[in-house]
Amino acid sequence: MIVGSGQGRLAYPVPVGLDPATDYPLGTRRADLIRTPSGVGLESVTLPAARAGELAAADARATAETLALQAEVARGAGRAQLADGLERASELANVPDDELLEIYTALRPGRSSPAELEAWAVRLDGHGASRTAAFVREAAAVYVARGLVVDG
Amino acid sequence: MAETPRSRRFVAREATALRREMLVEPWPELGLVASGGPADPEPELVVEAGVVVRLDGRAAEDFDVIDRFLVAHGLDLDVAGEAMALTEAHLARMLVDVDVPRGELVRLARGLTPAKLARVVGMLDPVELMMALKKLRARRDPGNQAHVTNLKESPALLAADAAEAARRGFDELETTVGVARYAPLNALALLVGSQTGRPGVMTQCAVEERRNLELAIRGLVSYAETLSVYGTERVFADGDDTPWSKAFLASAYASRGVKVRFTSGTGSEALMGHAEGLSMLYLEARCVSVVRAAGAQGVQNGSISCVALVLSVPGGTRAILAENVLAAWLDLEVASGNDAIASHSAIRKTAKLMGQFLPGTDFVTSGYSVMPRSDNTFGGGNYDADDIDEWLTIQRDWQVDGGIEPVAEDEVLRVRERAARAVQAVFAELGLPEVSEAEVEAATVAHSSGDVPDRDRAADVEAADELLARGVAALDVALALDRRGFEDVAEAIVGMLRQRVAADYLQTSAVIEPDGLVRSAVNDPNAYLGPGTGYRLEGERWALLQALPHVVDPRTMGRGASGSSSLVEAADVATAGTDPAEVVVAVGPAFADGLRETINGLAHAEVLDAIVSGVHEAGGAPRVVRVRRSADVAFIGHDGALLSGSGVALGLQSKGTAVIHRADLQPLDNLELFGMSPLYTLESYRAMGRNAAGYALGQRVGPVPTELDNFARAKLIVSTTLLHARETRAIVPGAPAVELSMLA
Repeated sequence: MIVGSGQGRLAYPVPVGLDPATDYPLGTRRADLIRTPSGVGLESVTLPAARAGELAAADARATAETLALQAEVARGAGRAQLADGLERASELANVPDDELLEIYTALRPGRSSPAELEAWAVRLDGHGASRTAAFVREAAAVYVARGLVVDG
Repeated sequence: MAETPRSRRFVAREATALRREMLVEPWPELGLVASGGPADPEPELVVEAGVVVRLDGRAAEDFDVIDRFLVAHGLDLDVAGEAMALTEAHLARMLVDVDVPRGELVRLARGLTPAKLARVVGMLDPVELMMALKKLRARRDPGNQAHVTNLKESPALLAADAAEAARRGFDELETTVGVARYAPLNALALLVGSQTGRPGVMTQCAVEERRNLELAIRGLVSYAETLSVYGTERVFADGDDTPWSKAFLASAYASRGVKVRFTSGTGSEALMGHAEGLSMLYLEARCVSVVRAAGAQGVQNGSISCVALVLSVPGGTRAILAENVLAAWLDLEVASGNDAIASHSAIRKTAKLMGQFLPGTDFVTSGYSVMPRSDNTFGGGNYDADDIDEWLTIQRDWQVDGGIEPVAEDEVLRVRERAARAVQAVFAELGLPEVSEAEVEAATVAHSSGDVPDRDRAADVEAADELLARGVAALDVALALDRRGFEDVAEAIVGMLRQRVAADYLQTSAVIEPDGLVRSAVNDPNAYLGPGTGYRLEGERWALLQALPHVVDPRTMGRGASGSSSLVEAADVATAGTDPAEVVVAVGPAFADGLRETINGLAHAEVLDAIVSGVHEAGGAPRVVRVRRSADVAFIGHDGALLSGSGVALGLQSKGTAVIHRADLQPLDNLELFGMSPLYTLESYRAMGRNAAGYALGQRVGPVPTELDNFARAKLIVSTTLLHARETRAIVPGAPAVELSMLA
């Protein structure tokens, strides 16, 4: 069983049903599931590989897939909100840095009109970040109710 | 008008460090009330058709942004009915009941409203709160976090301090900047230093979000705890955030592989002027509920920078402990404050510390200042470099793990120098302004930044900008170290990059072992269920935390001037004297034999010489005997008195305690007792000899003036015990006293 691939957001299928008791830490126990953004396996993230030029700085980060796995671990360990946060993180993994900071600024109080927040939600949907898009729409509704939006 | 008389004691107390702080009566309207404020709402949760219609005194249409966030993401309505139906007293008892597992309490907390949470922990007294905290901590092993900063932003000193902190066992190191543009250089120095001291230590650089995210993307930092939340909508908005913006930011950080911890704490709403008449603890219950709802794995709370404000009101220290308990109950990692200066008074701030120190938290301090507080640019330094021995000693006293390890001076110097050299190498390889030999040498041994050379700060900030522009990342740092012969540090940095790829440290309460194993609440959960369970400081770890560098081996103490020959010679069994001017000087079993000097370091031969001279001066006739059957100064003196022609003797223990005794007195009575042996000089002993002769000759005698030092016992009780043990081992049971003659 796999999640995520249907949305085209994840580059490869991620198994579900991880058992935190036996699979965590993933880096130690399930290194087979972990790759870098360029597809290098976790076991190959080594100093000799770096010397040989087989690693790029951009390899040194978690992929959307790995973050989705960590969300599963958190959910399996009974931490629903942490899992939700990690799922949003997984969705945001491939969103450009500048865009991330722009969305954050837009979500600050009194920065955006409802329409502007909706535009960001649409952008997030475009990145396959549907949960985060829903989160932004939810914020927009609350901001309207609490006077935290600007006219637009 | 006559002046009102002042008590000199009141005046003296007004000058103490404690009195620099202001205490105030509660003023609930301003939020200056620790807990149980008159305006705090009754706990309330009304759900109709699966929708929350009332929460803690508010109807849905009046919900503020915090209420709405908690309803959307925090409250678990599947458990809320069950949890809210339990009485506060019942829940409070469950918190301290060792037979109720943590998991059950965490489950129920998901359905409790902030008002209910605050009420329940508000019922616990300080010891019960400590019990609850011990039980509720997410990770099994307690830990600690360090602050590493300096006023000069010296990279060599930052690296050396980071290395020492890592070597001392801190799991996380936090730096910040005096000048924002320094951030990449400080983050770099911290990364290199930390991995030199101990692989796996996580680091952060507390700066503005955009800059922080940039450092994170380069792999130069691995965690952040700058995400502040507040308990009222108004203060939240004044902080330029909402729960949604903060939750989004948290996910943004996590998406870049950054471990995220929020920050909150009692007192911030009152300080920012919009506490809305609510108590500090209730508002903090709202904060930590938001933190969990936002999907953060943890929080630094415990008043943090507002600690001195909370301590100004009654019950402040207790409320701060209660907020730590709340966070742990909500299944969050807790970095429990104790970083900002809580009090000018060492007694008061340490009394407060015990609330977190004894139960243990994920990070007992949110920043122990490994350098002197004068170099702490966080405004922290509640405990600092000069307090390390105090901290280590208190750990040893209580058999409690406060997360700091003793390390010998030579080892500290070794890791400090290596880290300074490593950062010197990285600066050279990356074309940054030179770190000179003088800087390396100074940083290795420095007490503070005053001991290290100034740098060209304009050149440093330019280089920092350029470093970012060039896109230099942690991988480049590792390769630079590798090229310059720091292969192990390079390996450690690549190890941190591997952690970043695997992202295991995003789980609750994660720390990284030197071998790369991540320990978090997932694989190292706290399962405390009473005595004999959970984390115990024992075995190797306890042996390590006992072994402070300045601990001495008692077997090597009290030998005195070994190798020198006996100064007095035992002759015949002593018989009773007849000379009415005679003063017997009776010494203990080990005097000038097994022991050679007093506790004050006076040679026995010289002490005896002084006493004999004193007796002569006052017209007495001294005779020296050794009492062998007892080491007790009373019996030594009394045995001597029974042998004395005048009936008067001066008894002298080897450690220097003396007594003037008379044959007709009970052994435990005396004419004069000299119990302050650490204070006595040869002149003191001469005066004792004179007085003894005075008593023998029936003169009027004024007691020898004695001094009082009530710290002598604390300072010397161990030496006293060891010296006395040697004296008692020299006892020959039932043996008569013997005559001694002084060697020339």
